[in-house]
Amino acid sequence: MIDYNTLIPQHIAALPSSGIRKFFDLLDNMKDVTALTVGQPDFVTPWHIREAAIESLERGKTYYTSNAGLMECRREIAAYMKRRFSLDYDPQNEILTTVGGSEAIDITVRALVTPGDEVIIPEPCFVCYAPIVTLAGGIPVRLPLTAKNKFKLTPEELAAVLTEKTKLLILAFPNNPTGAIMEKEELEAIAAMLRDTNIAVLSDEIYAELTYGKRHVSIASLEGMRERTVVVGGFSKAYAMTGWRLGYTLAPKEITRGMYKIHQYAIMCAPTQSQFAAIEALKNGDADIEEMKAEYDRRRHYILKGLEEIGLECFAPEGAFYVFPKIAGFGLSSEEFCEKLLYDYRVAIVPGTAFGECGEGFARISYAYSVPHITKALEGIGKFVKDLKESL
Amino acid sequence: MDTILTLLEKDTRLTPKEIASMLSLSEDEVRSAISEYEKNGTIVAYKALIDWDKTDREIVSAVIELKVTPQRDRGFDKIAEKLLNYPEITSVCLMSGSYDIQLIIEGKTLREVAQFVAMKLAPMDCITATSTSFVLKKYKDKGVIYQTPEEDERGSCPV
Repeated sequence: MIDYNTLIPQHIAALPSSGIRKFFDLLDNMKDVTALTVGQPDFVTPWHIREAAIESLERGKTYYTSNAGLMECRREIAAYMKRRFSLDYDPQNEILTTVGGSEAIDITVRALVTPGDEVIIPEPCFVCYAPIVTLAGGIPVRLPLTAKNKFKLTPEELAAVLTEKTKLLILAFPNNPTGAIMEKEELEAIAAMLRDTNIAVLSDEIYAELTYGKRHVSIASLEGMRERTVVVGGFSKAYAMTGWRLGYTLAPKEITRGMYKIHQYAIMCAPTQSQFAAIEALKNGDADIEEMKAEYDRRRHYILKGLEEIGLECFAPEGAFYVFPKIAGFGLSSEEFCEKLLYDYRVAIVPGTAFGECGEGFARISYAYSVPHITKALEGIGKFVKDLKESL
Repeated sequence: MDTILTLLEKDTRLTPKEIASMLSLSEDEVRSAISEYEKNGTIVAYKALIDWDKTDREIVSAVIELKVTPQRDRGFDKIAEKLLNYPEITSVCLMSGSYDIQLIIEGKTLREVAQFVAMKLAPMDCITATSTSFVLKKYKDKGVIYQTPEEDERGSCPV
């Protein structure tokens, strides 16, 4: 009989399942729960974008595209990045379309990391970076960010973890789960530390369009940073296109060449219909972004006000669609707080620890939900906090 | 302040308190803006959209196109204002194109609607022609699709 214990490599068996997955599994088995857990828009992809994909199918465009993606799609990505974020990339050899931002992150790490290299991962953050680094043989160096700094990365924090082995810094702003953004001067301070090094940056800018009051600035737009930065973007959050699985990378051709090879062998090309939809989104979708963003912004204000009334401390996030309130001080760990809230008050939010140990004492609340739904969830949270305070 | 109107147009149940939180205004500011809109007739009414097909109530509606002879000095206003008074008529619009006024009429039965057209509308002096089309099914109205709300099907991908 086959021995799975020896068949399955040790490093795969040891790869932890994500904390957020565990929580979602609990949730899947429960009914009548008001959840504020999902990390995806509640909007449907705008009709003109869906229609472009349907039309591509009607016209029989069911083939593979070139590995890097349809030239028109890459050209539109280049034009869009220039228009919205002042970034200049050559669609011919500096842009790849990928299966979501996820593939983009994976091929970036795999193309840059040699076994033993250290990769700095500021936390709390999206759950995929450390496992992907581990799979590439790299060493994830977790860097805990603090609420005191509004969960931004400071040069002092970065300096403390830089070593000879540092290969890559992963920057993910606007951030999931905290909603933190980094502004130009703050990025400049980080850039200043990297300019004379051989350290690369993976800048995951999937939430770039969702900033409130301030435009997102890409670290790649700062002097001396383009040459060392891979910008990861995608359509999921900005255009409500999560299920289409389409993202992209922008990087100097020397780096793109390596990513291109991995992409070519492992993936072939991103879904063709999604690329046709993306062309339409990029050409005619700016107004959709603004409309959805205005709605998220209203909910952001609404939920912050609601948390304030409940008495949960929360810094005002300026990006993405999450708030990250402090839930410490009730004698419960984040996980205990969220489990009790789920079982006894039927409201689901995600414990901050799902996004790194330093998320202890916090929880992520998504506001990619309608206002009546948010209202109902806030009522449950309010009741729980009131009961907790009374029992203290 | 127009955002208040946009929000209420989508959901009239939003309370001033909720709107105030969403727009970072005070509750008083929202209340007074709304009351001003009501006073000057910008907000005309607050109503629910009801899919009567889901109930036992029988209801028939028809779109009626009228050709009308306009009247000296008053154009189409006089006839329009007269039509407003009939409770059976739920909508009156002056139109460009091949006819002049479009009505929507509701009744309990086809016969009732037909009777109304024949007995009340057609005989009016200034109405020169009518054309009646019955509504068979309503798919979308006031920007809202008539369907049973779907459950939140967003997959629980750990994002």
